[in-house]
Amino acid sequence: MNITESFRTALDSLRANKMRALLTMLGIIIGIAAVIGLMGLGEGFGELIEDEINSVGTNLIFVASDSENGYPTLTEDDLYALAEDGRNTAVAAVGGVVGQQTEVTAGSNDQFAIVNGVTGNYFALTNNDVLERGGLFDEIDDASFAQVAVLGSDIAYELFDGMNPIGQSITVNNTRFDVVGVLVPGDGGASGDTDSNVYIPMNVALQRLDLQETRFGEPAMAQIVAQAADETQVDAALEQISLTLREQHDLVYGAEDDFSLISQSGLVESFSTISDTMTVFLGAIAAISLVVGGIGIMNIMLVSVTERTREIGIRKAIGAQRRDILAQFLLESLILTLIGGVIGLALGVVVSIVGGGYLSLTPVISTGTVALAVGFSASVGIIFGIYPAWKASLMRPIDALRYE
Amino acid sequence: MIELTNITKTYQMGETQVHALRGIDLTITQGEFVAIIGTSGSGKSTLMNIIGCLDIPTSGDYVLNGENASQLDDDAQARIRNREIGFIFQRFNLLARTTAVRQVSMPLMYSGIGTTERENRAVAALTSVGLGERVDHKPDELSGGQQQRVAIARALVTEPSLLLADEPTGALDSVSGEEVLQIFERLHAEGKTIVMVTHDMDVANRAKRIIRLRDGMIVNDYQVHQPVAPFDTTDSNVVIHNLEETA
Ligand SMILES: Nc1ncnc2c1ncn2[C@@H]1O[C@H](COP(=O)(O)OP(=O)(O)OP(=O)(O)O)[C@@H](O)[C@H]1O
Ligand SMILES: [Mg+2]
Repeated sequence: MNITESFRTALDSLRANKMRALLTMLGIIIGIAAVIGLMGLGEGFGELIEDEINSVGTNLIFVASDSENGYPTLTEDDLYALAEDGRNTAVAAVGGVVGQQTEVTAGSNDQFAIVNGVTGNYFALTNNDVLERGGLFDEIDDASFAQVAVLGSDIAYELFDGMNPIGQSITVNNTRFDVVGVLVPGDGGASGDTDSNVYIPMNVALQRLDLQETRFGEPAMAQIVAQAADETQVDAALEQISLTLREQHDLVYGAEDDFSLISQSGLVESFSTISDTMTVFLGAIAAISLVVGGIGIMNIMLVSVTERTREIGIRKAIGAQRRDILAQFLLESLILTLIGGVIGLALGVVVSIVGGGYLSLTPVISTGTVALAVGFSASVGIIFGIYPAWKASLMRPIDALRYE
Repeated sequence: MIELTNITKTYQMGETQVHALRGIDLTITQGEFVAIIGTSGSGKSTLMNIIGCLDIPTSGDYVLNGENASQLDDDAQARIRNREIGFIFQRFNLLARTTAVRQVSMPLMYSGIGTTERENRAVAALTSVGLGERVDHKPDELSGGQQQRVAIARALVTEPSLLLADEPTGALDSVSGEEVLQIFERLHAEGKTIVMVTHDMDVANRAKRIIRLRDGMIVNDYQVHQPVAPFDTTDSNVVIHNLEETA
């Protein structure tokens, strides 16, 4: 008997047993669809997080004080030392921020807000430079001690009752600042939620704000932001920054850093660990679905063993050879897993796209996931399709006919 | 055409051995119509299954059409079953949810005959057993007698030299049974070799030769000259005056 005949026999047999075929296929469909749907969403979520982090600005390194007996350690001098020409070759730009939580007034309105003094390049460095209206202040404004302010969108709304604040002024610690710009709401870039923040130039801030001080009485930087020259130099930049700051702070060999460095790539890594964990979690759920689907397939196959063994007995009694039986059953399983696989795949894609729509993320369906899902279900389908046939084909026809 | 020499069949049931056949010597020639009778458990089915190459003997030789069938491997036996033997079972053994014409054409598929010829021959075989109108019926759409006739058509379609039937009328009412027997008689008239197992003396008497088994041995083997009245088949010691011993 040739392969075409075996194929025809397999199709006839499937057609004659539609219910059994459908139920088997259902197991395969459920397994594959669940894996592809869930894994697609999980990996899509991972990419979403990564994109989010990358949108913050690439190659950024954040320097924070590690408090020393309660005193912060970073100073304006540290900022200059890091920015000094030719010293930190892997560092392209350095910006700083100081801050005080204080009362801000505009006319009869007043609000408690975080007032940040920032260097002129800070907005661009932290990707927080999109304006709703007006402009930003820059290094020149900073150097000239300009008394100007850029407002977050919420605080601008609160202080000016929704009116245009550009050209108006606000008062902070009895000092007047002209409002020159309002930032767009929402995306605070690397600084997080900044809609309620007030930004003034660093130099003015050092004079006018009541800042935390180091143990030597100098005003302390809340944070220094450095940008590595490019992606490949992030590690070099980290090294150089660390060396410079240790020198600045007169740390002896073996003493612990009194600051900490967090790089963007480090963040990406730790977040992708989180999303990997999530993918593994979803993968575990998916694996359970695979097993459930697999058990479904197994059940159908095993329940039909008696009938199928008798069928094999009949076929052998009228002259089927072993390979005829095996070819028929192998083809039956292949046809079922193929059709079930395609349907499961399509369903999984639909599930992940619909789910992705609800979660506003783009699902990522990797070949690995597809291979895993299809491979597992197909193996279960084929193994449990073939195994009883293989066993029954070894029996004498009379034993197969009597099987119950 | 059939030559059994000292055939035994022993089943191992845990500790105990069941001797289903204990040394059968039997020759059946081309064109004979033989009935095998005997009490339940006497080994009739076991013998038939060995003759039909559905089972192998524990010892002894079985030569079918000059070929030693007891020494063949599984696939070679399958070929013999396909070409030389048509087997009819008490319980039909049709495939579920499969049309009559497919059932009947299946043996031809296993002997490598093309679809069109297969179909034609299957329809012809079904027509010859009076089921020309029922070719597209599935087993659950046929009566018991019709199912058995499908099984006969399936056994005949390959034009085997030997037709074996294990209680072919056992599951049928008398009318359906009679139809089956008439088909057998016609086939016998056409020259087919037929071996049939039965419990029913009336059925056995339709054959030309009767072999009686008891406890796995042949105790009687005689030609039927004319039909006899029914008698107690469980008592193999009944002396049958109007039959002539041949063994
Ligand atoms: N597969 C088996 N395993 C064990 N013992 C078996 C097997 N098949 C048959 N036997 C035993 O062999 C003996 C002969 O059985 P067989 O089926 O040939 O009897 P039979 O003459 O056909 O009986 P019946 O008229 O009831 O069909 C019985 O004792 C039976 O129990
Ligand atoms: Mg029997």
